[in-house]
Amino acid sequence: MATKTAKSSTTVMTDLKGQTLVCLRTLTEKNPASLASYIKLGGYSALKRLVTEKIKATDVITEVKTSGLRGRGGAGFPTGLKWSFMPRYFDGVKYLVCNTDEGEPGTFKDRDIIRYNPHQLIEGMAIAAYTLGARVGYNYIHGEIWQDYENFEAALHEAKAAGYLGEHLFGTNFSFDLYAVHGYGAYICGEETALIESIEGKKGQPRFKPPFPASYGVFGKPTNVNNTESYASIPWIMQHGGQAFADLGVANSGGTKLFSVSGHVTNPGNYEVKMGTPFTELLAMAGGVWHGRQLKAVIPGGPSTAVLPASVIESATMDYDGLSKARSSLGAGSMIVMDDTTCMVKALHRLSYFFYEESCGQCTPCREGTGWVYRIIDRIVKGQGKMEDLDLLTDVSRNISGRTICALGEAAATPVISFIKHFRAEFEYYIEHGKSMVDSKAEPK
Amino acid sequence: MLSKEAIQKIDYELTKYPGNQRQAAVMSALRIVQTERGWLSNESITEVAQYLGMPEIAAMEVATFYNMYDLAPVGKYKISVCTNISCMLRDSDQIVNHLKTKLGVGFNEVTADGKYSLKEGECMGACGGAPLMIVNNHTMHEFLTPEKVDEILDDLQ
Repeated sequence: MATKTAKSSTTVMTDLKGQTLVCLRTLTEKNPASLASYIKLGGYSALKRLVTEKIKATDVITEVKTSGLRGRGGAGFPTGLKWSFMPRYFDGVKYLVCNTDEGEPGTFKDRDIIRYNPHQLIEGMAIAAYTLGARVGYNYIHGEIWQDYENFEAALHEAKAAGYLGEHLFGTNFSFDLYAVHGYGAYICGEETALIESIEGKKGQPRFKPPFPASYGVFGKPTNVNNTESYASIPWIMQHGGQAFADLGVANSGGTKLFSVSGHVTNPGNYEVKMGTPFTELLAMAGGVWHGRQLKAVIPGGPSTAVLPASVIESATMDYDGLSKARSSLGAGSMIVMDDTTCMVKALHRLSYFFYEESCGQCTPCREGTGWVYRIIDRIVKGQGKMEDLDLLTDVSRNISGRTICALGEAAATPVISFIKHFRAEFEYYIEHGKSMVDSKAEPK
Repeated sequence: MLSKEAIQKIDYELTKYPGNQRQAAVMSALRIVQTERGWLSNESITEVAQYLGMPEIAAMEVATFYNMYDLAPVGKYKISVCTNISCMLRDSDQIVNHLKTKLGVGFNEVTADGKYSLKEGECMGACGGAPLMIVNNHTMHEFLTPEKVDEILDDLQ
């Protein structure tokens, strides 16, 4: 099935065969993003039931806990538990924030949720608002996907006109206003407190935690922040029950997961599959490694998760425990596939530049360390590396990790440590010969 | 002075926030003014700060922190190409070289006729469509080939 989208003329959806659609369930419809398509699939029925039947907040939270849903932005924190941190009694406005600021290389799943199934996200946020007593919500969207931002804002107006957002919903006392806001080019704003700063109109530098957003968030008020895919899972959970969602996945990893597959595969794109799906199956769904080449390595969850050589990833399953056993992690499910022509030194060179460029500059170990790491790898790529650079790289990275306010420090350190650990021979060859082991093996173009 | 149209758009953004939090609209206000004027001069940033009732330095901090704001003139068409890993693996180098040769400029340069400028972008969150580029911050083009780049440039004539 190759559905072309209306407004982004070039993107083609992936083949739905083998996928289990929860967050992207409207893809079976002709106009997936429309309100009519969503309502046809039972959309907004869960919200209406909860609000009109005045279902207790604690019952909703119990259901979310039963589902085993964990934060889909990368941290994997249990969503139901996070919701229970929001103060129940608070004299004033509480906020709800959705993080659609995906900017970690290889991550593009939330974009497909807001452009193919925006109403499910809106309903999920409205259910969360009802449960947590939030009056106002913001969906913070990555600035670079501008057309999708505009389409999502249009969906918000549509939902409001249809009576799913705004004042006194379904004739009750429940009111919820939801707005779209945008970033404008800063990876760090994917970190929840940097994102909150950005919503407030400031540069996106992460805050010290504690206090956590649940007690001090947007405009200093209690705020619940979740990822797009997490909120979008909620309507399905409330419609079919937490246990049904948990049963889609495996132990400790309930439900389905959107995997953004990019790099050297035949059909890159998003694939929504059951948690626990074997890596090899997911790779096959993406058409396998392109041009019939051999698999060399995979970054399973985005560059902040450890790279794995083919031999390790090929026996792994795609879920929290499966990838943790393989000594990496699920992250945001951003699977970057590299074939046997890939120079790992050059790949790390590009990634280290990214973290250097995107460090917000607030914490010295990250601000100075990411630049130091980049300059070392840069001199290796230019043929001026020294053998002791490899231990130096690992050492500098270990000294960034755990010494910063936010997780960007760890994110920057992980690729360096894992690339050198798994592909040390390739780095040594580059330093010794001043050129890439892979380039010298590759056929002339 | 901010145009009537810009003020109208900024006022719409202000409806999203509590009345005493006008600064929250600075991200969109800067975007609106940049889209209208092509880039953000110090004067533009000052005007935005004054309209929102925030310190000029705070608006300047935002303008300099986020990389889609342009603090110097750019071409009529600003082309930002992603070169991050997923794009690199699908030969964004070829796209960059093609653009550099065709336009005769390097990164962060403007063509002599002021028509194009070229920029290296960071991850744009659309890696399934790699390699890709964005024109004037708001129009994304995916699955690029040198031929497709030519067609896009022809359309911008």
